Amino acid sequence: MVMTKEARRGREPTGVARVSAALWRRAWLRAALTLSPPLAWFLIIYLASLVVMLVTAFWTVNSFTNNLQHQFSLTNFGALFDAPIPAIIGRTVLLAALVTVTDAVLALPFAYFMARVASRRVRHALFVAVLLPLWASYLARVYAWIVILTKDGTLDWATQRLGLGSPNIAYTNLAMGIVFCYIWLPFMILPVYAALERIPDSFIEASADLGARNARTLRSVVLPLALPGVVAGSIFTFSLTLGDYITPLLIGSGSGTNLIGNVIYDNIGLANDLPFAAALAMVPIAIMIAYLLGARALGAFEAM
Amino acid sequence: MEGRTTRVVLVAWVIGVLLFLFMPIATIVLFAFDRSTVQSWPIQNYTTHWFSVAWDDPAVRSALWLSVKAGAAATFLALVLGSLAAFGVHRYRFFGREAISLFIVLPIALPGIITGLALRSFFTFAGINLSLMTIVIGHTTFCIVVIYNNVIARIRRTSGSLGEASMDLGANGLQTFRYVTLPTIATALVSGGLLAFALSFDEVIVTTFTAGAQTTLPIWIFGAIRLGQQLPEVNVVVTAVLALTVIPVALAAKLTGGGGMTRSSVR
Amino acid sequence: MKNRTFFRGRAKRAVVAIAIALPLLGAFDSGAVAASGATVRTADGALTPPTQGMTPQQSVGKGEGELNLIAWEGYAQPEWVKPFEQETGCTVNAKYAGSSSEMVSLMANGGGGQYDLVSASGDADLRLIYGGDVKPVNVNLVPAWKQLRPFLQSPDFNTINGVHYGISLQFGPNDLLYSTKVFPKAPPSWSVIYSKQYAGKITVPNNPIQIADAALYLSAHQPKLGITDPYELTQSQFNAAVTLLKQQRPLIKAYWNLASDEISLFANGEVVAGASWPYQTGQLQAAKVKVADTIPSEGATGWADSWLLAAKAPHPNCAYKWLAYISTAKVQAEQAVNYGETPDNSLACPLMNQLQKGSCDSLHANEPDAYFKSIKFWKTPLAQCDNGQDNCVPFQQWATAWTQVTG
Repeated sequence: MVMTKEARRGREPTGVARVSAALWRRAWLRAALTLSPPLAWFLIIYLASLVVMLVTAFWTVNSFTNNLQHQFSLTNFGALFDAPIPAIIGRTVLLAALVTVTDAVLALPFAYFMARVASRRVRHALFVAVLLPLWASYLARVYAWIVILTKDGTLDWATQRLGLGSPNIAYTNLAMGIVFCYIWLPFMILPVYAALERIPDSFIEASADLGARNARTLRSVVLPLALPGVVAGSIFTFSLTLGDYITPLLIGSGSGTNLIGNVIYDNIGLANDLPFAAALAMVPIAIMIAYLLGARALGAFEAM
Repeated sequence: MEGRTTRVVLVAWVIGVLLFLFMPIATIVLFAFDRSTVQSWPIQNYTTHWFSVAWDDPAVRSALWLSVKAGAAATFLALVLGSLAAFGVHRYRFFGREAISLFIVLPIALPGIITGLALRSFFTFAGINLSLMTIVIGHTTFCIVVIYNNVIARIRRTSGSLGEASMDLGANGLQTFRYVTLPTIATALVSGGLLAFALSFDEVIVTTFTAGAQTTLPIWIFGAIRLGQQLPEVNVVVTAVLALTVIPVALAAKLTGGGGMTRSSVR
Repeated sequence: MKNRTFFRGRAKRAVVAIAIALPLLGAFDSGAVAASGATVRTADGALTPPTQGMTPQQSVGKGEGELNLIAWEGYAQPEWVKPFEQETGCTVNAKYAGSSSEMVSLMANGGGGQYDLVSASGDADLRLIYGGDVKPVNVNLVPAWKQLRPFLQSPDFNTINGVHYGISLQFGPNDLLYSTKVFPKAPPSWSVIYSKQYAGKITVPNNPIQIADAALYLSAHQPKLGITDPYELTQSQFNAAVTLLKQQRPLIKAYWNLASDEISLFANGEVVAGASWPYQTGQLQAAKVKVADTIPSEGATGWADSWLLAAKAPHPNCAYKWLAYISTAKVQAEQAVNYGETPDNSLACPLMNQLQKGSCDSLHANEPDAYFKSIKFWKTPLAQCDNGQDNCVPFQQWATAWTQVTG
């Protein structure tokens, strides 16, 4: 059959179509092209540097010349057990856990309202309201809390007017806890909202059809489905608390308020003890990897 | 469906959380008008003096501009790399797939000081001087995670058969991407990109380790907080940034339908 | 759509092996991580700075248009920076560091090709010099160097083996800042910050070098310990100082990290006394907060600052222009009065009185020798003591002990 030029143009593959077809046939090439840029980035820049840091933890610093001794040694890991490091690790983990639980409790009803009760316009407004604080500098927000929590600050002023005395809680662990809860709250609300928003109406209706009252539906249907969102949000709140050194610097400078983050930071300057800082850094890394494995088991990765 | 008391309780709770979220913001805005550089309550003198100081300050302008440049570059790179990673992990089964989905979250899951320290060691080892490029590299690394999460969540919820149907109808790979895939993930890209830009714009810990003598806005703010002589100016700058970002954030919220697909479309 | 599993078997193992081996191979290379230059220990046990052999430039060329400084808060004020920028065309970018530790951290790897000068105190100087992060300067390119007090031209905190690594800048004491409402007269002794009477109302810097302040206090109050140099402590002397600080801990409201921290603490009435720098006094008094400072009878630790030149300074000409500018009598007077410290330039005194009457006397600019010797300036505690022994406690242990003190 003789084909016209126009018909032929429609039949023969153009350059793009050729490449596309070739890729379609070779799935491994597609996979490699898709994955190599991000993988290369991660392996070369991120993972390799983490490994270098891990290796440093096994070295020591010569206290005379202050150079790194490239010899394998477990001194730094042993030093992790010397007081007050265990207490500091315990305090940081406990604080991270408390902040996570508090934020989860604060976020759940808020996200539920946003996802299932609010009208479309209110939902948009609330979404903006949750995202907006992230644009006001973290440093400025922490500093604002100093003004609020300090002696004769805003909080004292309010409680004095209410006849409740003067709490004066700045520079304490409680102050750090409050600030952490505040700063990480949007990071908890967003994944919980995403998880709750995904619950189809039909689930709730089916639950009602089966005879469950509101409280039962909440307990047996909504909360379990919201859990992956909570776990996803908790990854943020937990890890951000484990490594933060700026909040302790600004508002957690009382006694007994050292956290892992600022101890790591204190060891990399004049103290020049990078190996110890690296060894201490392994603690949050180990905790977070364990946490991530648990979170994946709970389905959090689907919910982010 | 919810009872009346439940609604009242929920509304009260929401208002409480909003008050909690915005009380420090209100403090910042209020203290932008404080004449005294030593910020304490109550404010003795109000003034708009610091607004003109901030407007004229060249350090603020260059810091702001640098933050915007770094954020834009990091977001762009993250959009490309994060989407590639999301598609790669979702579509292909390969050795280490499970491990990759874990590793990709690490830059956000691991504390900033560790990411910062590790990156700085890498730059020192590779002989790379700290510069805007290293700042962008640092920011991209954690922005990729945000984009990856958003995109993979979206493509998990879309049917793969759409792409196949498109190819059946004669479209090549590029056309399928442009007319079928991209629109599906568009809102995920927008909301992810916005969050990534916000994270990069406000990032200080990793930036401290990856910046040389460059001053991004958060680094300028930290320096000003140290000095203690320009605190009202800091509050002015933060207030201005907030005012400027309300519009884009509101627009993005509207575009993305509040962060995801609306309930009614999922049955 | 078929999903195939790729990279089975041998290919899989190879990829893993390479991914792990590459960084490890590199890491065991001596150049990895933060080790910038190796300090060499000569046969007689003395230390030699790695950059000693570098020849400094012989002339100052055209300015590069920019200058990156690492400075203490208050060292790069517009009063003297703006005229400099106009005169030389070098735009000044100042990064503030609140502790010597931060300065050392920022200057790692010779300033990273980013920073030109750092206003380091004596404790950071040695770390920077022996770490190879700073390089020798040519004092002939700094005309006002000849006007520096003779004993500050080549002090041992910035001149090693006759080689100059920096230009001495200013010096000052870590003084006692107190609220004049609680103390109408200046407290005569540092004991107020160790006294239960003011529990919960004391502040001291969050810095391991504070152990030296405790050692200084003990040298007057527990002479049996035999402390002569608060930076060279034997283990027993060190333990005594740390014990004193642990006893002080319940009295502390907060350990301040940034100058503005301490300013907030006093402004809000959280504390009534604390160890401080004159900078805070000036800022607080300018904000009409009722405070004053003093040096109690036991004496004080202090800082003697120099501008050191980064080994990889990207703008050396602007750096030398700054060194020449900042050491002139006029600018020295401005900085001294502004911050509250003592200028190193011997001709600054009358200019100080022009800026602020009586400042030359109150800041001791005219009697430096005796006054200078009365301050125990920061220097990095090393294991090598000056008396030739090697049993002094090195700074790593100071940092560890300090973490125990602050809890």
